[in-house]
Amino acid sequence: MARVVVDVMLKPEILDPQGQAVQRALPRLGFTGIADVRQGKRFELELEGPVDDAALARIREAAETFLANTVIEDYTVRVEEEAK
Amino acid sequence: MTTRVGVVTFPGSLDDRDAQRAVRLAGAEPVALWHRDKDLHQVDAVVLPGGFSYGDYLRCGAISRFSPVMDTVIEQAKLGMPVLGICNGFQVLCESHLLPGALTRNDSLHFVCRDQKLRIENNGTAWTRDYSVGQEIVVPLKNGEGRFVADAHVLDELEAEGRVVARYLDLNPNGSYRDIAGISNAAGNVVGLMPHPEHAVEPLTGPTTEGLGFFTSVLKQLVNA
Repeated sequence: MARVVVDVMLKPEILDPQGQAVQRALPRLGFTGIADVRQGKRFELELEGPVDDAALARIREAAETFLANTVIEDYTVRVEEEAK
Repeated sequence: MTTRVGVVTFPGSLDDRDAQRAVRLAGAEPVALWHRDKDLHQVDAVVLPGGFSYGDYLRCGAISRFSPVMDTVIEQAKLGMPVLGICNGFQVLCESHLLPGALTRNDSLHFVCRDQKLRIENNGTAWTRDYSVGQEIVVPLKNGEGRFVADAHVLDELEAEGRVVARYLDLNPNGSYRDIAGISNAAGNVVGLMPHPEHAVEPLTGPTTEGLGFFTSVLKQLVNA
């Protein structure tokens, strides 16, 4: 089984209040020197078959139409090493 | 013949019964529609109610947008059938790309529940004919992800075409761009609204009855059509 990871992040120009809340909490906990935090989503897709071009194209389509809302979010697709 | 207005129930919808009651009080026949059924049962208009369809997993409205009933709603909306999306229904309409933009987490990060003053900006849509432009109404608002966002050029286009249907007055409860509470598509048959007019249709249960106009408007629209 192969794993493909889809990362989804709010576009840079969209306010991320969750990330801001985390950023404000960090210094209170003693973690200083962090200028900005943005929070996103990671999807791990375990494929039944091989990671070929056709499979990746389908995953990109799923990311584009469903996993990310491209009005407000960007996404990246990458293949991880073979899962055990 | 009685006008039939469908109200879709998704798993997690919670304002579907209130929407049905508002439809009845406006003088139409409410028709319960089920999310797994592609058939709209000869309704003349559809309301997508508030709630947390499919648990709001992935993003609000993202999973319900692909439910079988939405295939037909999207198809009919493009042909001119009036569709009103309230709160979660607004999110479903944006996810369906029937309306532009998106609804994101409130800037306060808090769930907000209040009686909200609005100004009706356009009474040319299927759902706002019974209001006058500039009319101020108070209806309940309750959301955690009600902040309308869109690109500047999309916002400019909405403003220029008069597609901002309602704006927040006095206080912007969620950081919505340009105080936008509701928008319509270019044809004016599809309207998305973050506040809840269906909770302001009876003196006993609402702060006002000023929400009823959305439901009486569509009746007038359909009779004149």
